[in-house]
Amino acid sequence: MSASVLYDVPGPKAKVRNRIYGGLSTVVLLGLLAFIGYKLDATGQFQAELWDDYEYSNTHERILDGLLTTLKTFAIAAVLSVALGAVLAAARLSDHRPVRWLATTVVEFFRAMPLLIMIFLLFAAVFTSEPMWALVIGLTLYNGSVQAEIFRSGINAVPKGQSEAAYALGLRKTQVMTSVLIPQAVRSMLPSIISQLVVTLKDTSLGFIILYEELLFVGRAFAQQTEPVNGVYAFIPMVIVFGSIYILLCLALSSLATWVERRTKRSRKGAPPAMPKNSAALVADAGQGG
Amino acid sequence: MNVLSDNFAMFREGFLGTVELTALSALLALVLGTLIAAFRVSPVPALRVFGTAWVTLLRNTPLVLLFLVVTLGLPALGLKGWDSFWLAVMALGCYTSAFVCEAIRSGINTVPVGQAEAARSIGMTFSQTLGQIVLPQAARTAIPPIGSLMIALAKNTAIASGFNVTELGSVQKTLNADAGYNIYVIFAWIAVCYIIITFAISGLFRLLENRLAVAR
Repeated sequence: MSASVLYDVPGPKAKVRNRIYGGLSTVVLLGLLAFIGYKLDATGQFQAELWDDYEYSNTHERILDGLLTTLKTFAIAAVLSVALGAVLAAARLSDHRPVRWLATTVVEFFRAMPLLIMIFLLFAAVFTSEPMWALVIGLTLYNGSVQAEIFRSGINAVPKGQSEAAYALGLRKTQVMTSVLIPQAVRSMLPSIISQLVVTLKDTSLGFIILYEELLFVGRAFAQQTEPVNGVYAFIPMVIVFGSIYILLCLALSSLATWVERRTKRSRKGAPPAMPKNSAALVADAGQGG
Repeated sequence: MNVLSDNFAMFREGFLGTVELTALSALLALVLGTLIAAFRVSPVPALRVFGTAWVTLLRNTPLVLLFLVVTLGLPALGLKGWDSFWLAVMALGCYTSAFVCEAIRSGINTVPVGQAEAARSIGMTFSQTLGQIVLPQAARTAIPPIGSLMIALAKNTAIASGFNVTELGSVQKTLNADAGYNIYVIFAWIAVCYIIITFAISGLFRLLENRLAVAR
């Protein structure tokens, strides 16, 4: 349903009224922004000296190092979580009851536990000197369980006739899964898989709490080490610079998900969708991390 | 040495802290999320732009960074003296509101067009159509994903332990520092606490779903 159904196409009076409301809300929002800007300025947050350190190549190198650490952690966790997701999904769809039960327990447990608590446990119990692996394995276990559910719903959404036809041709169970069901499931669930990877990328910042030197940790350490100017630490420049980097990275991945969704929709050309309308969007929307 | 009986008061405080943090952040997220969803379908372009900006920014910001923005930003604005608990409520509530907004908007998109058209044809205004006809029906579709969001919110409260808030995450951190206890036993009790909380939330939302299903 388009939003415009909620109200009439604006006539001359409604247009004037909307302009007044629009003007008023713009004034209120700009006023709020101006107030924030004024307060930040009054407390000395916009002093040029606070930004001086961002001119040095040394600073750029530190930011780049943090960024590369974040991307490396994300890349390893992304590959491992997708692989774990595929294995767990296959196990949940197994014909053998014990395998199904075991996979269901693993998936439900890791989806129910807060990611940070798992990372803490892994860090304190096993990887005390290697926080990266505590973070990577924590991310893999949580996101792998979520990816497993995405894969499973994708495989279940492939019309039953597809596997029946494959079995009728004499294909074995593994062949049916790998040659017929998984390619179709991945195609329909790719936007949700990528959306979950956005969550994985955002969650790499949890490394900050176990003192792993990823992007956010570098940001805070940088702000703390910078000499305060007139008693003000460079925290706000840090939030602006590092926040922008995170937002750009996540937006790039989200745009990829949207692009893939549009492409798969277009290429289907009227064929019935493998899953109900909006369900991919709902899975993606619900993915706000662990 | 029994971790739970030795530290029962700490566990109780942590459990109650998590419940309180979850409940207050959920309330803020639901109110803000509904408001922003109304902005996103509003006839006023400025509000639509604001809604889109809110959702885009918050959905693409890591929650830990948002905690930093709130804990560093408010003092930088000269608004000092906020309790770390309320700062955590603000960060969690604002973050979750962006996802709640999208769940509600998806719900709005599933309401048949004829419902809004009928409301419009009998002369209902935008706010009457949205509030009395569309949102109550959208709620049925939006409630299951909102339930998942509330469970994710309860789990996300653990991040507040890094910002001096007493909840279950901080209990684990405190007890981990004590070498006398088995770390896996501490983890097991914390896991039990979280499982109780997430079961309670999913039960609550299932009840809500059933009530709405009967009404249908």
